Amino acid sequence: MSQPQLLVHDAKDTVGVVVVEDLKAGTDMLCVVTHDNSDFRLKAEQDIPIGHKVALRDIKSGDTIWKYGQDIGKAVADIRKGFHVHTQNVKTKRW
Amino acid sequence: MSLTATLDQEMRSPFPGGAPDQFTTEGLPTARASQDYENATFMGWRRENGRVGVRNHVIILPLDDLSNAACEAVANNVKGTMALPHAYGRLQFGEDLELHFRTLIGIGSNPNVAAVVVIGIEDGWTGRVVDGIRKTGKPVVGYGIEGHGDIATIAKASYAAKRFLQWATELPREECPISDLWVSTKCGESDTTTGLASCPTVGNMYDKLIPHGIYGVFGETSEITGAEHLCKERAASPEIADKWYKMWKSYQDDVIEQFKTDDLSDSQPTKGNIAGGLTTIEEKALGNLEKIGRDCRYIDALEPAEAPAKGPGLYYMDTSSAAAECVTLMAAAGYAVHTFPTGQGNVIGNPIVPVIKISGNPKTIRTMGEHIDVDVSGVLRRDMTLDQAGDALIDMVVRTANGRLTAAESLGHREFSLTKLYRSA
Repeated sequence: MSQPQLLVHDAKDTVGVVVVEDLKAGTDMLCVVTHDNSDFRLKAEQDIPIGHKVALRDIKSGDTIWKYGQDIGKAVADIRKGFHVHTQNVKTKRW
Repeated sequence: MSLTATLDQEMRSPFPGGAPDQFTTEGLPTARASQDYENATFMGWRRENGRVGVRNHVIILPLDDLSNAACEAVANNVKGTMALPHAYGRLQFGEDLELHFRTLIGIGSNPNVAAVVVIGIEDGWTGRVVDGIRKTGKPVVGYGIEGHGDIATIAKASYAAKRFLQWATELPREECPISDLWVSTKCGESDTTTGLASCPTVGNMYDKLIPHGIYGVFGETSEITGAEHLCKERAASPEIADKWYKMWKSYQDDVIEQFKTDDLSDSQPTKGNIAGGLTTIEEKALGNLEKIGRDCRYIDALEPAEAPAKGPGLYYMDTSSAAAECVTLMAAAGYAVHTFPTGQGNVIGNPIVPVIKISGNPKTIRTMGEHIDVDVSGVLRRDMTLDQAGDALIDMVVRTANGRLTAAESLGHREFSLTKLYRSA
């Protein structure tokens, strides 16, 4: 398999992780779901640093964010598919 | 690749020596414990109490902050011994004082330590540490400074340290089954790659080695938050699950709720975690918990620095998520090798326990590879499976046990950080 740009833990997840350096907006990313080794493609809409997350679908403010098939917090702004998901649009539900 | 060929190649890069060197030198036996876990062995020092160490330190251990200078002077006089300066030990009381004693006695009792010289400001508490360490049967002696002064104390302690060192350096290693290994874990400067690669690498190692009788331990109480439902399910029995949950809940109630000023978004996740792409504590916790693999169940929940007493298996320990504090507590519980996944590049070491760093982040491997012992970035490229990554770590654990210095040991990292529960009197 060629090298993926994005890894997703679980089929239920709404975000994936960029695993290459210098990912540029417009890249047609090869995305692999590590749980079952399935793959799909997704266009990156922004330059996104390695290790940072990308929305796999349109997410509405207030929606739960899913990663590892688990709840990792909530969106505090609308996030469109292919855009950067981080502290500017997601917060913890704890503390 | 040979050692000289690797160095030649690295010297041509702008940062020579930056790459993690996982190569084995030609002509030397290559530890391939991963090919047969059950019959794997390592060369260790079997101590008086039966525990096996992978290092042979003679340490000069201060009871308190006031005695650091004398301990450092002794270690300077007697080359090959090591002082362990720290910040505490005066006017502590109650549970906090008990933890102080448990940590110092535990560090002196660790099988990586051959012999101990304790120095304290006075004889009473110094003697308590000496008596605690003496239960292992190893050579230990203590000196109080009051009534003698630093100089006379340093002279007496130096004579003792020299005799201990010469005795220790003649102790032979012997071949020991892998079941004699106690391997702890804690991750640091985590990012999203730790949950994808380096933490599940440790989990894979535990899934393979715990059934063969090793002791494991994980901790980081604050960093389970968001994955506590999963962690609770991994206890070996409902009673242990309840014991663990009370520890976790009491941290939430007594520390977080009492002292928090916001959602801890400046501290947990840390600035480094956020730079690496981790957004929330829940996301960090789920990655953290990858370290206990798929099959392991923890068989007890330990107090900080408490030695495991229920036989081989995986344990939980109530610790801070701060790297040096956590590794120090696990060393005090008797663990002899530490496995440390990192994403953004934590540089931590420990004075008596080799800390093996594992990273899957290719940027960290590129920019600060000299701190990394096991490169699992292939997991992100999908050209290395977690099974292969776990085997690579097992091989490095055995090579380290056999004497290979870790990156942290080579670079002189000796972070010795005592955990303090509350203000001193």
